[in-house]
Amino acid sequence: MLRDIRPAITLMLALTVLLGIAYPLAITGIAQAVFPHQANGSLIERDRHVIGSALLGQNFSTARYFHGRPSATTDTDPNDATKTISAPYNAANSAGSNLAPTARALVDRAQADVATLHQEAPGAPIPADLVTTSASGLDPDISPAAALLQVKRVAAARHIPEAALRALVEQSVQERTLGVLGEPRVNVLALNLVLDGLKVH
Amino acid sequence: MTANGWVQIALFAAIIIALTAPVGAYLAAIAEGRRVFLTPVLGPVERGLYWLGGIDPKREQSWVGYAVAMLLFKAAGFVLLYALLRLQDWLPFNPAGQPAVPPDLSFNTAVSFLTNTNWQSYGGETTMSYFSQMAGLTVQNFVSAAAGIAIAIAFVRGFARRSAGTIGNYWADLVRITLYVLLPFSLVIALVFVWQGVPQTLAPYVDATTLEGAKQTIALGPVASQEAIKMLGTNGGGFFNANSAHPFENPTALTNLIQMIAIFTLGAGLTSMFGRMVGDRRQGWAVFAAMGLLFLAGVAIAYWSEAQGNPLLTALGVDPSLGNMEGKEVRFGTALSALFATVTTDASCGAVNAMHESFLPLGGAVPLVNMMLGEIIYGGVGSGLYGFLLFAIVAVFVAGLMVGRTPEYLGKKIEAKEVKMTMLAILCLPLAMLGFTAVAVVLPGAVAAISASGPHGFTEALYAYVSAAANNGSAFAGLSANSPWWNTSLAFGMLIGRFFVIIPALAIAGSLAAKKTVPPSAGTFPTNGPLFVGLVVGVILIVGGLTFFPSLALGPIVEHFAMAAGTTY
Repeated sequence: MLRDIRPAITLMLALTVLLGIAYPLAITGIAQAVFPHQANGSLIERDRHVIGSALLGQNFSTARYFHGRPSATTDTDPNDATKTISAPYNAANSAGSNLAPTARALVDRAQADVATLHQEAPGAPIPADLVTTSASGLDPDISPAAALLQVKRVAAARHIPEAALRALVEQSVQERTLGVLGEPRVNVLALNLVLDGLKVH
Repeated sequence: MTANGWVQIALFAAIIIALTAPVGAYLAAIAEGRRVFLTPVLGPVERGLYWLGGIDPKREQSWVGYAVAMLLFKAAGFVLLYALLRLQDWLPFNPAGQPAVPPDLSFNTAVSFLTNTNWQSYGGETTMSYFSQMAGLTVQNFVSAAAGIAIAIAFVRGFARRSAGTIGNYWADLVRITLYVLLPFSLVIALVFVWQGVPQTLAPYVDATTLEGAKQTIALGPVASQEAIKMLGTNGGGFFNANSAHPFENPTALTNLIQMIAIFTLGAGLTSMFGRMVGDRRQGWAVFAAMGLLFLAGVAIAYWSEAQGNPLLTALGVDPSLGNMEGKEVRFGTALSALFATVTTDASCGAVNAMHESFLPLGGAVPLVNMMLGEIIYGGVGSGLYGFLLFAIVAVFVAGLMVGRTPEYLGKKIEAKEVKMTMLAILCLPLAMLGFTAVAVVLPGAVAAISASGPHGFTEALYAYVSAAANNGSAFAGLSANSPWWNTSLAFGMLIGRFFVIIPALAIAGSLAAKKTVPPSAGTFPTNGPLFVGLVVGVILIVGGLTFFPSLALGPIVEHFAMAAGTTY
């Protein structure tokens, strides 16, 4: 047993240096040299200001932008540090709602969201992703159906023809990787950036 | 369910089948101390580590010596990690200014990482400095995984050797697995992850101004290096709170596929290594097949459940065609979320790309049952193989009882000592899982942490202790587990689940290694064919069912019928 005390301590320390310092720093060095954009968070800049990450959703609430999914992320209450407040798309505290499928809170929330969407697009089927929170609270994507549902509202708010906007959404759909992996989706921030770049007639 | 969903599941299964034999051959070479293609590069590092530790890799240990070395190394790792967390505010690489981690949370986290559980009572981006993530958590991700594989190799040596007094050298196994398996694989996977968008930086969090003018603070860090070993070592502790659902941990369907392959490949490869080391590859494939059947059953139930959509929302006019999307990401959908949930709990990984708590009752029961069975479906790296072989011992024992012969497995007579040790390991797990749950659901202070009402609240507590004792680490994450009761009791669950399986397993290995090998005769029950596969699957399901069915009936099963009746809580 005494013979094993030395390797227990020395190996623990040596492996900490190798695996805990050398390995992550080596990856950091290579990543920063070869893939600097991705390694720093795929940040998007406009006029030299960071406006977000291409991989993270952000909160959209005005009518002139496409909206992402509901987000369950929270932040510390500025008035009381022991409490939390709702803070959608808080990219410093990722979280899902963790509501049970039978939770009354889930059904009530979905009911309110369905009512809002029915006003926007009467009679249309409601895509499930638009009335459910994502796992991370930072989902950058919505389903193509969820984007198409919002065309009417955004077109009205921006005074652009619905058909043109619909075509734009259809161009923005990312298909499955290699035709198989994942699900078809629309990156909301990317779509909204294209919208902001359009000339208003 | 969609055809494309099934194609993705089939594609994943095909890749695992294709990787099993080559990975097994490589692992066997490492286990037997042979030269591999990396020896010219890493040989000097290996010899340097032996020199530092005063280790003679050729001096082998008895099972007691092997267990003592393992426990001492765990103790050293615990002290170091606990100290790093408690002193976090004094250490470098802390741009977000995270304070010291409180004592009960540090205890829970240190136990969690050294037992390869990686339960997260903490939220990564709100608690841990970059230094704690790298020098603390990443290191334990490597060495707890290496320890698991080492134990599995020692266990297999018990079958492979005859009349031997030793089962290998723990230090040599640990160093070789870390250097030749985990480190190089992780390097490659980490760089692929960065290419796909996983951050790897020591720079502080970034403040963005969104299109609508709000401030969004974006948490970053050295994510890719930890993400790679988190999957490969079936650790599962996420860099961020949302784990592999976070777009920075798992940005694309491709990274998602690689993560699932990384979780399964070593566990699957170990079955092939087992076949090679005992001199009959069909023995390895029989184990692989039994595990595969249980995997396919689990994923089919989980996908069927999640693809239907939540009937309570469908009643409100929500289109059910996307399935149950609460707690899931659009890029993965229900197929990849159900597959990931099955894979991560078949293995002892515990990473999640969707929130298991928001799965429909039967979909959420699949990960729960996978863990209750002991995570022997490919399993945690190493722990899956020795956990499965314990059930194989029970299976041959049952077969022996039926025909009235002394049971044998791989030419070794299975006698009273082996069966007693096996039962000790198989009984300790449910004792920790169900015992702690029973206490927690009647302790008022503990119940306060449960977020869900009704039967789902019971499942939330049950899931936590099952996950801890099975060393998984996934959660029904509505539970506010960061309190002294939960942190401490879960940590003890993890310790029981780890060491009350490892130590009996090593004792069995020592006992088997010392035995002679009996040549097969006409009365020997063949353990490399479909009859054995069916028998061992049956034993696993019957033992699991007898132990856990009442608790499942109180939780997910009653919730399923309540949901069908339109009840909410």
